[in-house]
Amino acid sequence: MTLAIIESCVNCWACEPLCPNGAIVAAEPFFAIEAAKCTECLGDRPAPQCAEICPVEGAIVNELDEPLNPPGSLTGIPPERWAAVRREIAAR
Amino acid sequence: MPEAIRRQVADHPCYSEQAHHHFARMHAAVAPACNIQCHYCNRKYDCANESRPGVVSELLSPEQAVRKALAVAAAIPQMSVLGIAGPGDPLVNPERTFATFRLLAEKAPDLKLCVSTNGLALPDAVSELARHNVAHVTITINCIDPDVGAQIYPWIFWQGRRVRGREAAAILIEQQQKGLAMLAERGILAKVNSVMIPGVNDRHLVEVSKAVKAKGAFLHNLMPLIAEAEHGTFYGVMGQRSPTPAELKALQDECAGDMALMRHCRQCRADAVGLLGEDRGAEFTMEKVEAMEIDFDAALQRRLEFRAAVAAELETKRERAPQASPVTLHRRAPRPADDGRPVLMAVAAKRGLVFEHFGHAREFLIYEASAAGAKLIGHRRAAQYCFGDAECGEAEDVLAQTIRALAGCEAVLCSRIGWEPWRELEAAGIQPNGEHAMEPVEDAVMAVWREMLAAGRLVRSVAEQRCA
Ligand code: SF4
Ligand code: SF4
Repeated sequence: MTLAIIESCVNCWACEPLCPNGAIVAAEPFFAIEAAKCTECLGDRPAPQCAEICPVEGAIVNELDEPLNPPGSLTGIPPERWAAVRREIAAR
Repeated sequence: MPEAIRRQVADHPCYSEQAHHHFARMHAAVAPACNIQCHYCNRKYDCANESRPGVVSELLSPEQAVRKALAVAAAIPQMSVLGIAGPGDPLVNPERTFATFRLLAEKAPDLKLCVSTNGLALPDAVSELARHNVAHVTITINCIDPDVGAQIYPWIFWQGRRVRGREAAAILIEQQQKGLAMLAERGILAKVNSVMIPGVNDRHLVEVSKAVKAKGAFLHNLMPLIAEAEHGTFYGVMGQRSPTPAELKALQDECAGDMALMRHCRQCRADAVGLLGEDRGAEFTMEKVEAMEIDFDAALQRRLEFRAAVAAELETKRERAPQASPVTLHRRAPRPADDGRPVLMAVAAKRGLVFEHFGHAREFLIYEASAAGAKLIGHRRAAQYCFGDAECGEAEDVLAQTIRALAGCEAVLCSRIGWEPWRELEAAGIQPNGEHAMEPVEDAVMAVWREMLAAGRLVRSVAEQRCA
């Protein structure tokens, strides 16, 4: 069981200090998780810490390549409502 | 502003309007991580061509940051403050932040230390801040109502979990208010920054201003939202607009009432270097800094001498003209009907003088001149040719953009100006004036105002006279 960081990572450092296993590396061109060290935080934390703080939807994925923060989960706006919300905000 | 506080901030460029003409600061970009998301922030922070909070071009280790600070303080004797403002939140990177302060205090004990924070981790950090002699803390507080907050902060990271929406905003607000009160108890000066977001918190900020004052903030800084689609922020992408200069000024006037309000803030990058309004960061990249030879003691001596000279100069000035404190409170005193209406003027200034060529000015200070004197009410950025990324796009020409930025001003004071901008400014109803080059800004502004008054251009309308 292990998570991975993909290229949409913006190298913001938020996840790195939180990992209980020191599995996150400030790699170039984007951060990386050392698969051998990652436990998905099981037993240490209530949820995978890197995925709980990552500000980028889709940047952290599980072994099935599913994003832990899928589209709409961080802005709070599901993709189908995006256009409507944009109109609302632009009218302010 | 009470005398004791005025003395404490007398050499802090970000806190004292007078000091900002003379003193310089450096922001050390050592703190990358952040624990909340704001809709006006994009966490992809490294762009060399942008100037706004949260943006830096190189992230530094504490050792590098101190090396750079000492180099800057040796080259620029005006340097009086080292601040940590990001690019994330200093208190979410406590080891890096406090290591920087510790190392710097050993080599340059005269420099004041300050941090800017979103406040979520503040209550837990107050003791540590006090231990490191941090003189000033700035908290960004955009709301005290969780329903307003839910429109600004989509989530926070709290006790190992991502918390969303109204609940997140409620926790953040509680921590901010608690932290603010704790700073006041410890005698650490707290300034509050608020970002004005039209249709979201603009009306609400009047209430925020009262609340933070009651909790002990000594200064409130109302800043306009910066939102451009190309910055990639949520607000930018969604088309949230920024306030107009007139909307911002109206809110500042409304909040000013009985609290010190700051009007000279430049919304710096998190790695800014130098006097406010002139970023010299490019002269001090790590590569250049590594190559510099520095005599720490001689540099310290030069700074102390410089400060003594400025203090003496300001003291004479104050004795000559016993006026309001540097951060002026706005008063609505009854006025005689024939004293002339107030006029907004833009000044291309440097070090308190009318200094710059119109075409070279990167920003203009905006003054309101009236019979009561010249009052700084803000600054506006001149449009710049951007040599960065092709996507930035040059939508309209630079002169037209600058003229638009000066909307509402009736005169612009500069040391010199070309023929074409002169004509265009005049056509836009802004009178260029190059006759006061090298004069102190406030004297020049008042001289121009008196000329306008003598020319009969400042007669109030009948309706205004009745209200006055
Ligand atoms: S899931 Fe937990 S253990 Fe794995 S990288 Fe993220 S923080 Fe570290
Ligand atoms: S928190 Fe997300 S975006 Fe930031 S460094 Fe980690 S994986 Fe990359």
